[in-house]
Amino acid sequence: MLMKTSGRNLIDALAAAMLFAAAPISVIGIADAHEANSVVMKNFDFSPMSLTVKAGTSVTWQNMDGEPHTVTSVDGLFRSGALDQNDKYTFKFVKSGTYKYLCSIHPRMMAAIIVK
Amino acid sequence: MSSETEIDTSRRGALKCLAFGGAGTLFMLSGGVLAPLDLAIAASKKHATRVSGIPLFLQISDTHIGFNKEANPDVAGTLKQTIDLINAMPVKPALAIHTGDITHLSKPQEFDAAAQLMSGLNISELHTVPGEHDVTDGLGTEYFSRFGKASANKGYYTFDHNGVHFVALVNVMNFKPNGLGAFGDAQLAWLEQDLKGRSASTPIVVFAHMPMWTIYEPWGWGTGDADQATSYLKRFGSVTVLNGHIHQIVQKVEGNITFHTARSTAYPQPTAGVGPGPGPLKVASDQLPKMLGITSIKVLAHPLSASLTDTTLG
Repeated sequence: MLMKTSGRNLIDALAAAMLFAAAPISVIGIADAHEANSVVMKNFDFSPMSLTVKAGTSVTWQNMDGEPHTVTSVDGLFRSGALDQNDKYTFKFVKSGTYKYLCSIHPRMMAAIIVK
Repeated sequence: MSSETEIDTSRRGALKCLAFGGAGTLFMLSGGVLAPLDLAIAASKKHATRVSGIPLFLQISDTHIGFNKEANPDVAGTLKQTIDLINAMPVKPALAIHTGDITHLSKPQEFDAAAQLMSGLNISELHTVPGEHDVTDGLGTEYFSRFGKASANKGYYTFDHNGVHFVALVNVMNFKPNGLGAFGDAQLAWLEQDLKGRSASTPIVVFAHMPMWTIYEPWGWGTGDADQATSYLKRFGSVTVLNGHIHQIVQKVEGNITFHTARSTAYPQPTAGVGPGPGPLKVASDQLPKMLGITSIKVLAHPLSASLTDTTLG
């Protein structure tokens, strides 16, 4: 996806591709550009697993699975409660930082919001 | 289809056998040994004579009141069927435990509906532990406002019944980065203290929602710090660990400790690792009773043994 936008410079594109492979962080910019400020829960995963937004942004999660999930921050800052299929939850991130969260029903589902 | 398993408990003369129930599990005290007995067979007059021993308690799990998807659009109905089955038993135990996921989404109205249904259970004493579906609203809220009194809102507690020491534990509040359930240090310290002074001959029953051994780590089917708890239990001659969570029967025997997960009264879940995750398993409606099928258990005192037949309803 980044390749298309940076076709002007092959080296940049290659560097981006390498970053993509090496560090999940580099995926953020792509996901951010294409999915705005939303995260979905689907097939027992958060997608994207890492999302970068600007301070003051409201992020919305939506559960696409038939099984409920939650958005529960590790440090207790936000907690959605159980979201049934198609339910949404929105939280506004005011301060910069890395906010790790998980699904308290399926705690292997872990993700993060990075606020810049 | 049916399958039969013969389990001989006579070798150690201690509890090492567990069987299981279709809609619920009834535990019999037979020759000093707890053995589970299928509810359907206990309720059947035809088989009543085969049953020996005093009913001690029964286990209900994963009622998921509030669930309304296609895997079972009527979870209240299947719980009602379970309760009717129990109430039809000629000899009922005085005690029942619910090993969690009483509700599906921790909503007040779901707890109300569950309480309404469970009040139809003709059994005087009901003890519960929370499942992760019951506490999505956090500590000190719906589950705890209803069931927290026995434990000063901690959720874990003990009680004694007919010489058996029961320990109710919570492993759904303290998730570790590995995605497994956890007890946490405070609860483990409390457990060690509780068990310390007890005679090794005291039969112990431990119940908690999530399996207390790792059945399948990628789906979080286990408890990360369960080994610590198990180390306190090892010295006892008879320990029964009862869990739910995975909506299917899996059992393991380790020394004198028998681990067993119960079926749900609501819907089945896939076998470990099959499909994207541990969600409701949708089966054709005529298949559902087969998935919730029954298990027939015969308990013999001499020699001490149990044989179980796992028979589907449909």
